[in-house]
Amino acid sequence: MIPETMRQELQDRISSAITNREAAVDVMKALQTHYGWLTDEAVVEAAGLLGLSPLQVEELATFYEMIYRRPVGRYVIHVCDSISCWSMGGESLLRQIAGLLKVTVGATTPDGLFTLLPCCCLGNCGQAPAMMIGNSIYGGVTSLEKATDILHQHRRNT
Amino acid sequence: MEQILFQHNKPGRCVTFAEYQTEGGFTALKKALAAMTPDEVQQVVIDSGLRGRGGAGFPTGKKWSFVPRNLPGPRWLICNCDEMEPGTYKDRILLEANPYSLIEGITLACYAIGVRHAFIFIRRGYEQAAANLQRAISEAAAAGLLGENILGSGFDCAIDVHVSAGRYICGEETALMNALEGKRANPRAKPPFPAIKGLWGGPTVVNNVESLANIPYIIANGPAWFKATAATPEAAGMKLFCISGHVTHPACFELPLGMKLGDIIGGPCGGMRPGSSFKACLPGGASTPYFTADHWNIPMDFDPVAKAGSRLGTGGIVVFDHKTCMVAATLNLVRFYARESCGWCTPCREGLPFVVNLLETIESGQGSDEHIEILREHIKYLNYAFCALAPGAMGPVDGLLRHFEDEIREHNRNGKCPCRS
Ligand SMILES: Cc1cc2nc3c(=O)[nH]c(=O)nc-3n(C[C@H](O)[C@H](O)[C@H](O)COP(=O)(O)O)c2cc1C
Ligand code: SF4
Ligand code: FES
Repeated sequence: MIPETMRQELQDRISSAITNREAAVDVMKALQTHYGWLTDEAVVEAAGLLGLSPLQVEELATFYEMIYRRPVGRYVIHVCDSISCWSMGGESLLRQIAGLLKVTVGATTPDGLFTLLPCCCLGNCGQAPAMMIGNSIYGGVTSLEKATDILHQHRRNT
Repeated sequence: MEQILFQHNKPGRCVTFAEYQTEGGFTALKKALAAMTPDEVQQVVIDSGLRGRGGAGFPTGKKWSFVPRNLPGPRWLICNCDEMEPGTYKDRILLEANPYSLIEGITLACYAIGVRHAFIFIRRGYEQAAANLQRAISEAAAAGLLGENILGSGFDCAIDVHVSAGRYICGEETALMNALEGKRANPRAKPPFPAIKGLWGGPTVVNNVESLANIPYIIANGPAWFKATAATPEAAGMKLFCISGHVTHPACFELPLGMKLGDIIGGPCGGMRPGSSFKACLPGGASTPYFTADHWNIPMDFDPVAKAGSRLGTGGIVVFDHKTCMVAATLNLVRFYARESCGWCTPCREGLPFVVNLLETIESGQGSDEHIEILREHIKYLNYAFCALAPGAMGPVDGLLRHFEDEIREHNRNGKCPCRS
């Protein structure tokens, strides 16, 4: 269950929209932030708020790269695997981070801190290879030290 | 060199509202609202020769003129900032440095088309740009430059920012309208074209960030001035070229349209990285057929690039050095498109994974020369797809077959990739 204040905020967002479902992505994102991922419960809650069926919300949720319909770690590491990053060693960055975290791509570390995912171009192609954690985008991650540093920063913040 | 969109840039930070205004910002809006009719604004944009910067290069003023004059009910303007095409990052660079030109440009466009409510559709990952835009919208509204009865002219205009959740197809204009409406972002059939029946069934114009951000300068300085900023008499205006890959200084530069490819790479990009030489590039983002050293002197403008067998696209130039395997690069590109296929139509949903499979076979040295013909046929087949994503995916394959067929044959002959030792 989401807190009453959050429900109210989302209801306000929905009533300011042209149609209810225009707010669907905002609602899904807010619920995802609250639960950590878009849980089954969240899908039903989003549907209730938006006046859609859970299936209609599911149809949207599974469409987007950054809506997680499976449990993820506290930080999701998105490593760009598109062409500019590929040309600058994006594949080895992904391998290195998998090695540092001791997980396979797609998996979550046992402490629940990190999930590692490849992703589409992050719009940081001039500073390839690039990756994103939360709302922070990192560029020029060409050395193992730099990748280690970034991961440490996040570990320290917890 | 003269700069248009980058003229207000401040090192390491975003320009402020006050700075933008002191440097001449919002004078175009004031001028238009005080002394120009919507038709006059539209005409100046038509005369300027501005062509869409989102990929297709459609003349911006002409697009606006397709919106019927006297249809009742709301009409809409959408600014497309989905920017998920690999190799393209110009709109982010612009909005992180200055969101105000876009806000002013959108307001001018709305005035010219008779729109009272615009949306900026911005991708996930561009949160800084989205925050800059939100701030700019509040500042402009507080100064009476946005909202109701702008500058006492009786013209009302509101701008909303919609932050997406990441999917390349949302950038296709009809898929974008579904995404904004909160529906699954599959493209819609055309016709009806958006100018007649678009967002919520109303007439709709979709324009790229860079196209709209140029409008204030065109209105302020006139169409002849704008045209003359280009490098050739045929081209009009300047362009944000964003360069990535194996050059010394990969960055986003505002350069005259029509500047030669070689002058861009050899000039602001500082040439190739030490120890490497130029092999090929994507001239305009992930969906454009490769250029090679033979294209060094092509003017980077819509028509000359098309005549040379590729597309100016988004202006995202991705440069590859002599060590790059072009089969592997093409495989990476088509994999991107196969993953981003929205799944709506069969040629794309089934065809792209098939092409990926063929390229994997060739790249790993298991291919044979018959595969070349099969690839060539698929370039034709994928034109039957429902939207431009699938033909775009085959752009690099087309380039591979035209310029690097020998390299494919070498893979087949050697039984392994010749670029790997
Ligand atoms: C798959 C696909 C993705 C696209 N992505 C974008 C995009 O991110 N930004 C953009 O401005 N145009 C994109 N376009 C082009 C738009 O459909 C449309 O032509 C453009 O926004 C029009 O703006 P303009 O006339 O100012 O160029 C895309 C097209 C396709 C087929
Ligand atoms: S071509 Fe691909 S992206 Fe376009 S409608 Fe068909 S399946 Fe969707
Ligand atoms: S290709 Fe990796 S950020 Fe664009």
